[in-house]
Amino acid sequence: MPHDHSDHDDPQSLLPPDPALRVKALETLLTRKGLIDPAALDVIIDTYAHKVGPQNGAQVVARAWSDPAFLAALRENATAACAGMGFEGRQGEHLVAVENTPRTHNMVVCTLCSCYPWPLLGIPPGWYKSDAYRARAVRAPRAVLAEFGVHLPEGQTVRVWDSTAEIRYLVIPQRPEGTEGWETGALAALVTRDAMIGTGLAKAAT
Amino acid sequence: MSRVHDMGGRFGDGPVHPEPADAPVFEEAWHGRALALTLAAGALGQWNLDVSRHARERLSPGDYARFSYYEKWLGGLATLLVEQGVVARDELAGAAPRASDLASRCLPAEHVPKVLSRGGPTLRDGPAPRFAVGDAVRTRLPAGNQAVAGGHTRLPGYAAGQAGRVVLSHGCHVFPDANAHGLGERPEPLYTVVFDAGDLWGAPERAGDEVTCDLWESYLEPGV
Repeated sequence: MPHDHSDHDDPQSLLPPDPALRVKALETLLTRKGLIDPAALDVIIDTYAHKVGPQNGAQVVARAWSDPAFLAALRENATAACAGMGFEGRQGEHLVAVENTPRTHNMVVCTLCSCYPWPLLGIPPGWYKSDAYRARAVRAPRAVLAEFGVHLPEGQTVRVWDSTAEIRYLVIPQRPEGTEGWETGALAALVTRDAMIGTGLAKAAT
Repeated sequence: MSRVHDMGGRFGDGPVHPEPADAPVFEEAWHGRALALTLAAGALGQWNLDVSRHARERLSPGDYARFSYYEKWLGGLATLLVEQGVVARDELAGAAPRASDLASRCLPAEHVPKVLSRGGPTLRDGPAPRFAVGDAVRTRLPAGNQAVAGGHTRLPGYAAGQAGRVVLSHGCHVFPDANAHGLGERPEPLYTVVFDAGDLWGAPERAGDEVTCDLWESYLEPGV
């Protein structure tokens, strides 16, 4: 049933209750006022639906695993190193790469909203934006990891990075064993989105 | 002092339900439309990132909890459009749209790639940092905005009044607590501060686990 979608006299309460119709009403109004170009919306949607996504971050990780000079550049200035591969811009203006080791597992959250490195990973998945993840990742990261099927060795510390400013974090997962000498394309195929958020690990070599 | 969005460490949420890796980026068509509409409206230049975050945070706690993610974006967008005078309430309610002086700022489709790849860097010139990597610091208590009651801040409640250590220094960045309220950018040194999970939570899942936050200098005082 439709809910009374506002407790107050908020502007949104003037719009249709169904969110799909609410978007349509806003888009129509702004278009008729000459303030937006609907074709620009199509380009934005196409960019994040098809062009910018975790495949970008996976290329960065694969190169970090296999090119020591690039890894050094990434440690020195991840923003510049990623821009050099064409990955830059909105929600990735200031990048930091954090490397998983046998001693430390890194995991990223935004408890206050949904900050996420768009140029490297695209638009965040629903779970990353969920109340459950935002509330629990900082207090109970190991319980959350278990919900992703990840169980860390006893000796590995968890460091959770709460993205509270405009710094965007990319987790560099540990390189799977048995991948020595692999081409970067084959390495990148092992790098999942979740591995770059820290809620997963890189896939095992097969 | 806190608002409903500041949920880090909260008890009571159920498990996280990961979607499959091949789930669509936009679960519903209107989700993508809401995101794109928000970006395109932002390109009119009538508000900044911190203002838009604060608009979402000002949703009533009931709405914030009830709304899906992109409904929050739409709620924030409607608020901003009216508050900044971009649209009038009667237009939202269905009155005939009137011409706008802002039409010359409309983002054309061909400019989208350039605008997205440029982004909105927040690094600025500003004062020299007071703290160095390795320094002990303590976060202020309470966490709220110091100039505006109920105002925007990026010091999470769970990290207020806590002892930590600087692990990264990022130069000066636009200060959200000012920038969200028309008080200027007031750039300040920004640091990543690491906290011990035992200090934050009392009983951590495992001794030695850590949480970091990115914190502006005025959130911090020297630690011991």
